[in-house]
Amino acid sequence: MSETMPLHQALGMTDDEYGTVCDLLSRPPTEAELAMYSVMWSEHCSYKSSRAFLGRFPTTAPWVVVGPGENAGVVDLGDGWLAALRIESHNHPSFVEPYQGAATGVGGILRDIFTMGARPIALWDQIRFGPLDDPHNRYLLEGVVAGVAGYGNAVGVPTVGGEVAFEECYAGNPLVNVMCLGIMREEQLVLGTAGTPGTIAILLGSSTGRDGIGGASVLASASFDAGSDTKRPTVQVGDPFEEKKLIEACLELYDRGLVVGVQDLGAAGLSCATSEPAARAGTGMDVNLDAVHVREAGMTAAELLMSESQERMMAFVHPSKVDEVLAVASKWEIDASVVGTVTAGDTLRISHNNQVVAELPAASLSEAAPILRRDSGEPFWLEDLWTNTLEYLQPPDITRCLLEILADPSIGDPSWVYEQYDHQLFLNTVVGPGDNGSLLRIKGTNKALAVSTDGNGRQCYLDPMRGGANLVYEAALNVAMLGAKPMAVVDNLNFGNPEKSEVMWQFIETVEGMSQACENLGIPVVGGNVSFYNETDEADIYPTPIVGVLGLADPAPRSVPRLNRAEAGMALWMFGPKNSRNLAGSSFEKIIKGHVGGRPTGADSTTGKAVIELAVALAQNELVPVMHDISDGGAAVTVSEICIASNVGAHLQYSSWIGLFAEAPHRIIAAVPPEHFTAVRRLAEDLGVPVSELGEFGGDRISFDNPVAGATSVSVDKAAEAWRGAIRSRMSH
Amino acid sequence: MADTRTVTVTIRRRPSISDPQGATVARALRDLGHEVTDVRIDKTIELQVPDGDVETIRARVAEMCDRLLANPVMEDYEILVSS
Amino acid sequence: MNTAVVVFPGSNCEHDVVYALETLGGSADLVWHRDTDLSGYDSVVLPGGFAHGDYLRTGAIARFSPVMGEVNRLAAAGAPVLGICNGFQVLCEAGLLPGVLLQNRDLKFICRPIHLRVESTDSILTRAARVGDVLEIPLNSYEGNYTASADEIASIETGGYVPLRYSSSTGTVDTDSNPNGSTNNIAAVSKSNVAGIMPHPERAIEEILGSADGRVLLESFLQSRVAVNV
Repeated sequence: MSETMPLHQALGMTDDEYGTVCDLLSRPPTEAELAMYSVMWSEHCSYKSSRAFLGRFPTTAPWVVVGPGENAGVVDLGDGWLAALRIESHNHPSFVEPYQGAATGVGGILRDIFTMGARPIALWDQIRFGPLDDPHNRYLLEGVVAGVAGYGNAVGVPTVGGEVAFEECYAGNPLVNVMCLGIMREEQLVLGTAGTPGTIAILLGSSTGRDGIGGASVLASASFDAGSDTKRPTVQVGDPFEEKKLIEACLELYDRGLVVGVQDLGAAGLSCATSEPAARAGTGMDVNLDAVHVREAGMTAAELLMSESQERMMAFVHPSKVDEVLAVASKWEIDASVVGTVTAGDTLRISHNNQVVAELPAASLSEAAPILRRDSGEPFWLEDLWTNTLEYLQPPDITRCLLEILADPSIGDPSWVYEQYDHQLFLNTVVGPGDNGSLLRIKGTNKALAVSTDGNGRQCYLDPMRGGANLVYEAALNVAMLGAKPMAVVDNLNFGNPEKSEVMWQFIETVEGMSQACENLGIPVVGGNVSFYNETDEADIYPTPIVGVLGLADPAPRSVPRLNRAEAGMALWMFGPKNSRNLAGSSFEKIIKGHVGGRPTGADSTTGKAVIELAVALAQNELVPVMHDISDGGAAVTVSEICIASNVGAHLQYSSWIGLFAEAPHRIIAAVPPEHFTAVRRLAEDLGVPVSELGEFGGDRISFDNPVAGATSVSVDKAAEAWRGAIRSRMSH
Repeated sequence: MADTRTVTVTIRRRPSISDPQGATVARALRDLGHEVTDVRIDKTIELQVPDGDVETIRARVAEMCDRLLANPVMEDYEILVSS
Repeated sequence: MNTAVVVFPGSNCEHDVVYALETLGGSADLVWHRDTDLSGYDSVVLPGGFAHGDYLRTGAIARFSPVMGEVNRLAAAGAPVLGICNGFQVLCEAGLLPGVLLQNRDLKFICRPIHLRVESTDSILTRAARVGDVLEIPLNSYEGNYTASADEIASIETGGYVPLRYSSSTGTVDTDSNPNGSTNNIAAVSKSNVAGIMPHPERAIEEILGSADGRVLLESFLQSRVAVNV
């Protein structure tokens, strides 16, 4: 940073943006004001590159109580119950400091949920790294998993699912996305509003220090290059113990009706937690920084306003309730300071050392933020990529390929990861990690909530629109196979540098594909997050949207389909489109051939929807004990995973070997008991879903049989050994 | 052993980085009636390294700190080579 | 009569314990760690979690919580006192049980179901069980590695203070069935009316969540309540 660089540039603002601020204020901003605008107008906080396109998402449905724009989306579960959900990324902080980066990611997403009044009941973590043969990637995986575990387990919110994947493009830029779900009674819903003039602002939780200053705008927006380990930016440190106390204190405040609004302090800290609630309420606010409880002396106003110290919340309280709020804070042993008063008008006035250091329209920090329409254009290499397909003259050795794929860390057993997470706390976890998705009961009701989070960067790289749509169908199908009807989507859009036109094109295509799928399925997007600048040395990551779908099973099936319920004598059927012959973007081509090319099969809106309806009906009527969708690795892997989980063999007829490894969407493998053949066939026929009777379960080998090529098989034990060692064997040294 | 030397490395979080453990222990000590204004909890690592020139040893241990023992993003370290 | 379930700042299994005890016909209240009056309670559970953040050492700060005076008094009066997971660590740190719980052998948090073999029915955890029964119970801890001095281990073993050991699903107690490195596969320790257990019986009371094998342990606890002169 050169000494002659103007302050606004040092804070990451363009000259245009600086000019806008001067126009807004009709004068040059003070240092404190500039600090506030710089963090609030950063990519991370303002979504300036993406906002113009996010409006494409469908966001409404009768059951949506709170859509995008608040701290979390909220949907109505019936009978007075609400669910709050949200997903966030902590990619850049996790690369700089994997343990604390992941830990503070968990802490942040939890605050988004309990800010709404809900008790967080479960977390999902979606993590992606470079290949595990590089020790640095092992270090990052180890650190991120320990960070999620260290924070999540201690704060007392179970991590019940997620996904881990490995791909070269994430080596210099791992992805760490965390989703959280909370539930509440409808009367507990709290919004991030400052209320009416006279309302008192109370800062709760940790003291404010210099940690993470500029983190939001610097870390989340700056790309990594080889020198980034010498930049040594300040990282935030999480304290799950403080967060646990903060959760309990806030829930008690809501229970007792002591607050009119609440806002968590995340990126942009006090700048955001004062301006946004005031903007939402259409008010102003007087804030006294001298009242803020601090960790170190001598902090400047700008530092106080930008600090990203963790585990802090701002509560807005009627003057008559201030003493009670302070008493609740004291009971839970958290610090609390009265820092502000809501005022009439729209001016946010901030004082420090008894002087006014900032005076600006509260809403200007969020609403006047720039909206960029960056250039977008189809990548020049796209056509070449689509025509770059492999020709197969000879069929491969099927079982050898299968074993190799099962032993791949992106496909194999993820239990090395999830056994480090408490996934059972609260006694709600009916189906936990390692299955199609997660199913959580709501005690005292017949309801259960299903969640699946899914991503597939390789497919989105080959075709972002198809890839984006397929992801929504996949996550919705995973939820449906647990007997739940998909009802809402949250997404985390991880992309490269938006200043490149091809990255913006990928982004826009992805949003379009996802939107079409959501519209077709009638499920709104209730919240999301965008993470740009995921690149290293100018190489962008694959466009990697992560989709989380929430579904409601009401009533929950008594006996939920699971991978481990197949038994000898059950038939092995496939539901969905037949004769998939496309290996583009498949795990087979990536793992066996080292090839990424071609164009993946797109969604079929009619069949896609029908298969989801069929899955819900099969699960609800308890007709099939096992369903598992065909995704990474194709049908051969799907069948193997069922056989490994159930410890039973299978015999499968196939017409083309390619069909065993193709990953086309909308397909389910099921174990069907003979007594339900008729009912299952009829249900599929009514919904127009093709049924393929591929074989049966039994014995102790997984065998693939073709009229021409004959049969080939592998023992379940051998498949299990390959699958179980995929991550574990690489991490144990 | 005559041909090794003890090196003690103290790793501290930077003053600007919060130390939740220290803060909690400070609170507990105050609860027990002790007058304590702040607590920081550090890490001490004791190494046995082949004996040699003190400055060379110090440089080698500094490299260990930079690469592995400390996280340069949030921690400082102090190296004490026994005489 | 009621069971007091103690909530330290950082506890997190307290609601699950109350739910489990009530499901099994008991009644339980949450009591805050600053409470200094547990009259009216005939039994105590210290639940799992991370009391005081587990900072310094697990249980090190919790043992000084104001409520511990009452826990000591009830223990001395013969009331059943059960520590689960972090609660077990607190009881050890407070000197109500011998030994200490160190970091797991592999230095990783472990959350998965494990098997326990019933070694003795002379404890508040196992009086309703049968010796040789194998129970499937979830383990969920980072510091679950039970250790004590050789003398202490000898006296624990000769005194018959080990009601449960980690085992295979068929009841074999060996290194392979030891998830965390605990000495002699010790999963629980019991001295007269005070017991600590590392796995979570309250997570295994309903088949829908995977196992109901924890019922017999918590039923034993509830059956152990006697009229306490409080």
